[in-house]
Amino acid sequence: MLKNHFELFGLPVRFAIDLDMLDQHFRKIQSEVHPDRFVTSTPAERLRSMQLATQANEAYQTLKHATSRARYLLKIRGIDTQEESNTAMPPDFLMLQMEWREAIEEAEDAGDVDALDHLLHQMRQQAKALHEALHVALDEQQDDSAAAEIVRKLSFIDKMRSDIEQTIAKLED
Amino acid sequence: MALLQIAEPGMSAAPHQHKLAVGIDLGTTNSLVATVRSGMSTVLHDEQGHALLPSVVHYLTDEQVEVGYKAQAQQSIDPQNTIVSVKRFMGRGLKDIADVGHLPYHFVDTPGMVQLQTRAGIKSPVEVSAEILKVLKARAEKSLGGELAGAVITVPAYFDDAQRQATKDAARLAGLTVLRLLNEPTAAAVAYGLDNASEGVYVIYDLGGGTFDISILRLSKGVFEVLATNGDSALGGDDFDRRIFCWVLEQTKLPPINDKDTRMLLTKAREAKEWLTDHAEARITSVLSTGDVIDITLDSDTLTGLTQHLVSKTLSPTRKALRDAGLGIEDIKGVVMVGGATRMPQIRQAVAEFFGQAPLTNLDPDKVVALGAAIQANVLAGNRSEEDLLLLDVIPLSLGLETMGGLVEKVIPRNSTLPVARAQDFTTFKDGQTAMSIHVVQGERELVSDCRSLARFELRGIPPMAAGAARIRVTFQVDADGLLSVTAREQTSGVEANIVVKPSYGLSEDEITSMLQASFNSAEIDKQARALREAQVDAQRLLEAIVAALQKDSALLDADELKAIESQMLALAELAQGTDSQAILKAIDTLNHATETFAARRMDASVKQALAGQNLNTLEF
Repeated sequence: MLKNHFELFGLPVRFAIDLDMLDQHFRKIQSEVHPDRFVTSTPAERLRSMQLATQANEAYQTLKHATSRARYLLKIRGIDTQEESNTAMPPDFLMLQMEWREAIEEAEDAGDVDALDHLLHQMRQQAKALHEALHVALDEQQDDSAAAEIVRKLSFIDKMRSDIEQTIAKLED
Repeated sequence: MALLQIAEPGMSAAPHQHKLAVGIDLGTTNSLVATVRSGMSTVLHDEQGHALLPSVVHYLTDEQVEVGYKAQAQQSIDPQNTIVSVKRFMGRGLKDIADVGHLPYHFVDTPGMVQLQTRAGIKSPVEVSAEILKVLKARAEKSLGGELAGAVITVPAYFDDAQRQATKDAARLAGLTVLRLLNEPTAAAVAYGLDNASEGVYVIYDLGGGTFDISILRLSKGVFEVLATNGDSALGGDDFDRRIFCWVLEQTKLPPINDKDTRMLLTKAREAKEWLTDHAEARITSVLSTGDVIDITLDSDTLTGLTQHLVSKTLSPTRKALRDAGLGIEDIKGVVMVGGATRMPQIRQAVAEFFGQAPLTNLDPDKVVALGAAIQANVLAGNRSEEDLLLLDVIPLSLGLETMGGLVEKVIPRNSTLPVARAQDFTTFKDGQTAMSIHVVQGERELVSDCRSLARFELRGIPPMAAGAARIRVTFQVDADGLLSVTAREQTSGVEANIVVKPSYGLSEDEITSMLQASFNSAEIDKQARALREAQVDAQRLLEAIVAALQKDSALLDADELKAIESQMLALAELAQGTDSQAILKAIDTLNHATETFAARRMDASVKQALAGQNLNTLEF
């Protein structure tokens, strides 16, 4: 029986988790299962070690980031977040998106890294507020469809943040 | 008990005996071997007291091979047969080598990896590297007085799959058991971190003879976690030499010069560069074979100007790595300098300016990688030291698949912690389609043609059905050495094919086998004797591993299960005394299979153990 990612690290199955604890438990698990511990072991143990270490890495990455953690939690509950198919967004969020896109283009054309940094900061703030909302929807109200919509918003913001980071990288090189 | 008797006849290693393990820094310019002795990591010297072995291989007329200082002395006299900086050709095609015109070799453009025409025949860079490794192996075995149990070989963090595989093949060719391929900056961090009991985020700036790596690591309680790595696998101290060499040619307005003069002037350029580390001026004098006389003075300001673009070429990957790690300069606790080229004052100054702090140089930049590799080799071989060391490294370059229009779809992003796996589902796009081809590439660019092609393979035997009905799951697994393997599984209508595909560049298994055979004198050891010896060694390893596991955890098995494993062990131990290598291999397989459940239980028990005693009720956001 494979454990889910939360169980693997001995964490409660919920959105709000102790990230320091996640770090610590990830390291403890890797200390036990990492292939470096099994270099002279049997082939069966080496294979098992690689599989478990791979799973631990995957689980850690999934739980470390809020968006993927929420998406994974919803998946456990049998909810598909429909990030590819469901692109309907509330009008106010659509407006915000458009404003951001314009601001990014403007800053990119002007080569204004500071403006892009400022946009990144705004998006981080927005993401933070959405994390709070996820905590309420997932852990307190068990409102999975509201949570799925927040994940779709966050996924959008994450994408935009990585676009901005790439643009900054291009401008700085 | 019976198990200890099994381990005894002809099986020397008792479970707790100290295993001889070494760390090898296979460098572009120089190579080293180190080991842990009495708890201290030490570089091993040759009989003349040299720690460094110049990575130079000279093929002589009488089929002899010289390696190191002797070979180095030949590089201006016999440049075509004296291979310098072979590391730059490992896992590279001819088109990947930027300065072919400047090099005195006869390249042979072979698919996958370039080869070199020497008087000893056509040599793969893997074979040339193996010559260097053989010398280091012999040095270590002589110095330690026994056969090596295994070696950790270091590679630049920015080496791709092809370059890593080539390095592993070279070690195999040299008769070394590779415990792990370890990234050079990570090895340096181990040596540095353990020496200084450091905690926090450190940058390793590693400029070697031919490669540049930047790694950002978080050090905490014996865990070395690589957060991001970047670099340039075709940038190093050699490029500074070439810059000086070109400057000399420009200044002296000489016509094109021959191979011997090129090699000689490059050596003069390197000497001038090294001289300028502690002096303001270097005089370069030389008489060419044409009779032309060179006498020119290079001052350090001119050198700084000449090589400024090379220095800034190292800062761009540095910025990228910081960005990938999500860190700013203010988060960096220290910058460790690695590689002989970091002795150059203009490099130290540029790094100090970039990070706003003086870099750490208290360990010898030539030795720190080998010292760290030896520490890790000691741990991996099972000579567990007091400190529980754990290295979590990353894949340096993204893995992707070719999609429509020659575009790359990323499957595993760069800087993913190893080991890592991703599964991707494919389907057929034509009715009755029974095969499809998959092309795996490595790199960050969007176009397939701009990335490194790792493997092209055909999936065959797909049961014919309507377009889109087949479901083929392809799994990409990158192991702790950073090496890729691909498994494909067709999982519709009960048909399940399972294949393992190894990357297709470089040397094939057959080529390695024939090189291995050629490297032994056939009069002494024939093919069969060699196969038997290998099977016996494998049998012994497996038996030892199971004995050690049973001693610790036999309680996880019931009496019947234990008996089943023990009888298989006896069977193998008996066969291993005989001469039937096929039978031994079969028994190894059977025994390994018999221990799978035991392995799974042992691993699950350690996972449980890891988190035991944790109070799980106190978790809050």
